[in-house]
Amino acid sequence: MSANIIASSLAVGYGHRPIVSDIDFVLEPGALMVLIGSNGSGKSTLLKTLAGLLTAQSGSVHVLGDVPGAQPARVAYLPQHPVSSHTLPLRVRDVVAMGRFAHRGLMRRTTTRDASIVSDVMKRTGADAFSTLPLRDLSGGQQQRTHLSQVLVREAEVLLLDEPTAGLDVSGRRAVADLILQERSRGVIVVMATHELDDAETADLVMLLAQRVVAQGTPAQALSDAALRACFGFTQPH
Amino acid sequence: MVDFLLGPFADNEFLRQSLMAGILVACICAVAGTFVVLRGLAFVGDALAHGVVPGVATATLLGVSGIFGAAIGAIVMMTGVALVSRRFRMSSDTSIGLLFVGMLALGVIITSRSSSFSGDITEILFGEVLGISDADLWWQAVALMVVGAIAWVCRRPFLLLSIDEGLAQTSGFSVHRYHNMMLGMVALTVVASFQTVGTLLVLGMLIAPAATGVLFARRVSTVMLTAAGVGILSTYVGLLLSYHADLAAGASIILVTVLIFALCAIVVEIQRWRGHRKDIHHDHEQPHIHAQVHL
Repeated sequence: MSANIIASSLAVGYGHRPIVSDIDFVLEPGALMVLIGSNGSGKSTLLKTLAGLLTAQSGSVHVLGDVPGAQPARVAYLPQHPVSSHTLPLRVRDVVAMGRFAHRGLMRRTTTRDASIVSDVMKRTGADAFSTLPLRDLSGGQQQRTHLSQVLVREAEVLLLDEPTAGLDVSGRRAVADLILQERSRGVIVVMATHELDDAETADLVMLLAQRVVAQGTPAQALSDAALRACFGFTQPH
Repeated sequence: MVDFLLGPFADNEFLRQSLMAGILVACICAVAGTFVVLRGLAFVGDALAHGVVPGVATATLLGVSGIFGAAIGAIVMMTGVALVSRRFRMSSDTSIGLLFVGMLALGVIITSRSSSFSGDITEILFGEVLGISDADLWWQAVALMVVGAIAWVCRRPFLLLSIDEGLAQTSGFSVHRYHNMMLGMVALTVVASFQTVGTLLVLGMLIAPAATGVLFARRVSTVMLTAAGVGILSTYVGLLLSYHADLAAGASIILVTVLIFALCAIVVEIQRWRGHRKDIHHDHEQPHIHAQVHL
């Protein structure tokens, strides 16, 4: 069984309109790929394609040896702004525990192991500090930590994270970086979309997007002055 | 006093039937309404409630069961909304709005062909809670069991859908399938409830008790239980008001549900305000504690 992600001549987009074409990469277990670009550059579209929420327009893509979306228990996806975070009255712990539904399906009962996984992850993310509060009463950063916890309790082999550091302060972003490192150390492949150039520091592969692949490679290769100027119109201060 | 509170129900068989129907409707609406509120489907619920009008009107004209007509109306409404939003790439609220007014207008036109136009349309829109038969009660009991079974079996995808559709899909639950299941559950609720509170007011029973539950409860099961309690209490108080003050029964029930919500919302707001004041007071008395936290 293949434990990697392979994209070849992949084109992603909505309907029949491709947004980014000619995407090629291979990610091995433990790899971190960071997608960087402005709003509308195609980062989320590529993530949604890898998650199986959008169909590839052309080319091929395989996630853990299967078509995207075929293995929900092994691939976890964090949406950009979960829709009802500001209105949902449910307790944080219950929201996090929903991450185990992918393993339990429609009817199978949750077990004590599920409960202990939820407790462990909430300790790791710090979400246990507000576990009994309703999601809607939390700050943006606390909500983001809750959603991240929900993704981590999936114990997936692939994490697809759409702006996981959005709304977090410096210490929150550092905590997310540490969590990602921990996941990678146990062989999890992480693909992360972000606006922050700093998030790419420890990446194995960085892809700079602007409705096309502007640059791709190690952080040093992909975040060169020329690539950043082509993507954003500015360069990184040295 | 006891006679004032219980006398009407002890003395009148039809009022006991109405109370029973109201309790069943309150329980059905509590289950479906909880997911309608969590997922933000109030407009769909409203549209479905009005979408059944032409079906009921046609059934009345043909002399067949209104429930059968309402079921056909709900199916046409759901199919129409799905077709318009997918085929013409419109937002769901636009397609719901189009179908909603179209079906309501069609219902009024069909009813206008009836010899007792105003009586029929009033009955459809506001219900006939005081004219509930044993067969209606049996049908509502079956609907409660079916709605309860759907909610129990589909609780996981329904909860994930309440957070994010992408989350539900990537957890292995088809958004299309479970969204339609939820709509089907709401449609069944509307069909089972319209005779009691009417198509115009069924949304009140669907939304207000569940919204009251959401004010206090932190778990889905507690939201449902609170909603059922509010719905049952509203039915009792509404029927009592209607009996003693000679008011429209269905409208009285719904008005009470909304008033209970308003009262509970005020209580929650006062609690929040007092909690906020307590925090400020605490800050003034023990500033050193916060200083330690900041360190």
